[in-house]
Amino acid sequence: MTAAVVGRRRRTRPARVVLQVFLIVMAIGWLFPIAWAVYNSLRDYDFTSAHGYFSFGGFTLKNYVNAWAEGDFGRTFYNSAVITVPSVVLTLLLSASAAYVLARFSFKFNLTLLGLFTAANLLPQQALLVPLFRLFVNIEVPYSISDSGTLYDTYYAVIAVNVAFQTGFCTFVLSNYMKTIPKELTEAALVDGAGAFRQFWQVVLPLCRPALAALATLEITWVYNDFFWAVAFMRTGSKFPVTSSLQNLKGQFFTDYNLLSAGSVIVAIPTLVIFLLLQRHLRAGLTLGATKG
Amino acid sequence: MADVMTRPEHVATEKRRVPRSTHARIWSKWDKLIVVLMITIPTVIVVALVWFPAVSTVILSFTDWNGIGNIGDMNFVGGQNYVDVTTNYPPFGPAMQHNLIWLVVFFFGPTLLGIFLAALLDRELRGGRIYQSIFFLPVVLSLALVGFIWELIYSRDQGLLNNLFHANVDWFGDPNINLWAVLVASGWRQTGYIMLLYLAGLKSVDPALREAAAVDGAGEVRTFLQVIWPVMRPVNIVILVITVIESLRAFDIVWVINKGRNGLELISTLVTQNVIGEASRVGFGSALATIMIAISTVFITIYLIQVMREQK
Repeated sequence: MTAAVVGRRRRTRPARVVLQVFLIVMAIGWLFPIAWAVYNSLRDYDFTSAHGYFSFGGFTLKNYVNAWAEGDFGRTFYNSAVITVPSVVLTLLLSASAAYVLARFSFKFNLTLLGLFTAANLLPQQALLVPLFRLFVNIEVPYSISDSGTLYDTYYAVIAVNVAFQTGFCTFVLSNYMKTIPKELTEAALVDGAGAFRQFWQVVLPLCRPALAALATLEITWVYNDFFWAVAFMRTGSKFPVTSSLQNLKGQFFTDYNLLSAGSVIVAIPTLVIFLLLQRHLRAGLTLGATKG
Repeated sequence: MADVMTRPEHVATEKRRVPRSTHARIWSKWDKLIVVLMITIPTVIVVALVWFPAVSTVILSFTDWNGIGNIGDMNFVGGQNYVDVTTNYPPFGPAMQHNLIWLVVFFFGPTLLGIFLAALLDRELRGGRIYQSIFFLPVVLSLALVGFIWELIYSRDQGLLNNLFHANVDWFGDPNINLWAVLVASGWRQTGYIMLLYLAGLKSVDPALREAAAVDGAGEVRTFLQVIWPVMRPVNIVILVITVIESLRAFDIVWVINKGRNGLELISTLVTQNVIGEASRVGFGSALATIMIAISTVFITIYLIQVMREQK
């Protein structure tokens, strides 16, 4: 018995070394594209054009200063925030209340509704493009709200679609989560005379804090990263989110890849910060949605 | 004695509980209104901005509406748009082919690699968490940004690859290879996503199964293939559906490179070009979008069946 165990351990040791080497090589390869962007963002354009990119030296922070100014990042970050913050807050509010009803009350269309929410997030975005585009162009609003006089080319349109598209996914995750909360807790609140809304707001929601944190982190990254809805429903260049800054850098300075690297790093920084600080929540959000457990 | 004492009380609580399940008596009118609003408002928003547009797309695909005139002016033209798409629209064939290649490459590349990495990392391993974090890192970047980051590697004049091999290949521009270059870049992001999902699934596998397999003398590879893989069926289905849907939805990375032309045509970019481009061809674009809806409906259904089975 002991001989067999020892024998197995001895046999697996070279396998472990191979495994570690394989993983180290893969990990370096995986980090490389990001590292390459960071490395070249820190180098002077004149230096790299003289010595080629496969060289060492010419370090500077100038690219960041220039990229920030030329990409108009101050404005585009603001635009991204204007889209992301209300979208995420509304998504979580709406999905939490829908999830509460779906998880706590049993009625005829319970499962059908859950399916309706769950499937909404899986449709291809292009499938919604034509009617939504026409809808926003045709809904007239006062000029004080929109320069175009319609919902097209406004943040309202982009936020509304983001909310609708993400609510389904969040409802699914949250309703699964709420089902794990013991019924006794809300029953106790009920005995104390708490109505449906107070049970939701004061008992269920606080208990959902881990799931809400996970979803908030995930949704902030998703909405921040979204590019399609902004392209589809907005026209005015000065309203676009951060990704468009990169396109500006590429358009105007076709060959300056150091500048583009710096721009890419700037765009990545918010999500990288989230990744470093809140990775636990990101992972939880993604896995809660796809699998139960 | 204690039994006798507690019993009546127990019965009493049981009795009290009966009316509680019939909501009518406990929930006030105000409560009922709140509950109805809490479910109705989100439902209306999702139906109005997701399901209504999706169904409208299908209907519009059978019309000749150009998007400019009154909705009343449109005529139903039957399957004419579909005939035009398949016979009279040169980019359609390549786009279908590219989406299919995308799917096959995603399946055999990032999906299998992600599962493989998850299987390797799902054990006590020095630095295991760090490896997981590294492979997961690209997932937080947008696909558009991934396109820009890889441009620094692929660029013809200043990219790393051409510098390294003294070549003059236009990786993102040459229609013979740009699809493959894009697939490497987006696969780089997809792998970590699949790995994460699979790892979560593996964590929920009963450790007793593994121990039983070890006692029976099965090696690690055999344990994985014959014991773990079969119980992972639900996760496998979810991952299959995600792979198909992500392949069909691929858009951003291609759009920032060249708006989906010249070797990078995808169904998603064709729809977008036809709808928000200068010449808006609503019926035609809708027919293309309906093809996307039809394909995704099959896999959304598979996903829903799987998920709803778990609900019970």
